[in-house]
Amino acid sequence: MNGPFAWFKWQALFHDWRIFAEGFGNTLLVAVLGLLLALALGVFFGVLGTTHQKSFRGLNRVYVEFIQNTPLVIQVFFLYNGFPHLGIMLPVLSVGILGVGIYHGAYIAEVVRAGIQSIHRGQMEAALSQGFSFWAAMRYVILPQAGRVVLPPLTNQAVSLIKNTSVLAMIAGGDLMYHADSWSADNIYYGPAYVTVGLLYLALCFPLAQLARHLERKSEVSV
Amino acid sequence: MIQLDGVHKHFGALHVLKGIDVTVKSGEKVVVIGPSGSGKSTLIRCMNLLEKPSAGKVMVDGVEITAHKAPVAKVRQSVAMVFQQFNLYPHKTVLENLTLAPVLIKGVPKAEAEQSGLAILDRVGLKVKANAYPSQLSGGQQQRVAIARALAMRPKIMLFDEPTSALDPEMIQEVLDVMVDLAHEGITMVVVTHEMGFARQVADRVVFMDEGEILEQGTPEHFFSNPTHERTKLFLSRILR
Repeated sequence: MNGPFAWFKWQALFHDWRIFAEGFGNTLLVAVLGLLLALALGVFFGVLGTTHQKSFRGLNRVYVEFIQNTPLVIQVFFLYNGFPHLGIMLPVLSVGILGVGIYHGAYIAEVVRAGIQSIHRGQMEAALSQGFSFWAAMRYVILPQAGRVVLPPLTNQAVSLIKNTSVLAMIAGGDLMYHADSWSADNIYYGPAYVTVGLLYLALCFPLAQLARHLERKSEVSV
Repeated sequence: MIQLDGVHKHFGALHVLKGIDVTVKSGEKVVVIGPSGSGKSTLIRCMNLLEKPSAGKVMVDGVEITAHKAPVAKVRQSVAMVFQQFNLYPHKTVLENLTLAPVLIKGVPKAEAEQSGLAILDRVGLKVKANAYPSQLSGGQQQRVAIARALAMRPKIMLFDEPTSALDPEMIQEVLDVMVDLAHEGITMVVVTHEMGFARQVADRVVFMDEGEILEQGTPEHFFSNPTHERTKLFLSRILR
């Protein structure tokens, strides 16, 4: 029996499980830190998009449109191949973190902007009338309310971000997808390698997607 | 206490305020009335700079808030506003609505803010609702909480922007009662309202606006018994049946 999923190929995979575990760990690391960066960028640029200052809103548009309308792969290649020409050498995992962080930050900025705009204008006015500064009003009055609205779409962004960390495989990123690629390129045992990493991505993303659905249903009930 | 000099406001092509001059003295109760669209709300919102005048000067408590880089947030701490739509913070309890700004902005210790918050809630008859959320209250109760929230900042001036217009008729009186009670305390008040009974009862001065201008002003006695302007008479004949 020598099909793509032959038993001895699986045995080889289980024998080398450490390689996959290392990739899984790197993917998790990139995903978690990338998500933190994406959230920080997303909240900052999302709030900028709701200000009255034209230049701030312009900044929001440039970031969002530029990042959303170019492929993530090119952005990552730019960080990996372009930055060294500017004298900036980044460790490959940092390229991954920056890549998915900046990319998903643009999507989260739109989610946050829409969330803030869904909060009645009177909330900002009430806070300002009490003497809050714009940013303090955002922090204590607007964002806590917008947070409930944006949690489901934000969770969906986390799912996309996890899957998109696999772009690192194209620049020898040491992530899960990269290790599956390189391990199976050596021994041509593609079947078990891709099925296994596919299941591992599923194991990360499926619970999050379920959480997003749950949050969505909950927010429908409470509104 | 409040002084507006030649205030104009444009919303695009719309000329909403056409050169308003008005002064409110310390402790005075001024009631602003007029048909809808006359610019009353825009006028009162210029007094705490929620609307920025297109031209003219606004002075509040000795500070020209329309000046470049004026300490607007600082001035707003002593100018509280009550809104038509209440605008309570829905993610906070009633008591937290009262303590949020004093604690965060004025640096009042939390325990102290809670204690005085409860005392203020007691005054508006809602101490029992301290731990409820705004959505659990009736409209009249929400507006009383909004007044309590305004009072929690210990303001020198209270601005009311149609505080009873969004309420069911049976809830208007409970809010007016709180406002009348406040008026007896000597705080400076500017009230935009359609409640003529309230105007008669508490106003030192009634200001009538139409089409972005102040047409007439005077004591309630003068104003309701001998209005001089045709449009004032017409408005009063429609509203006082």
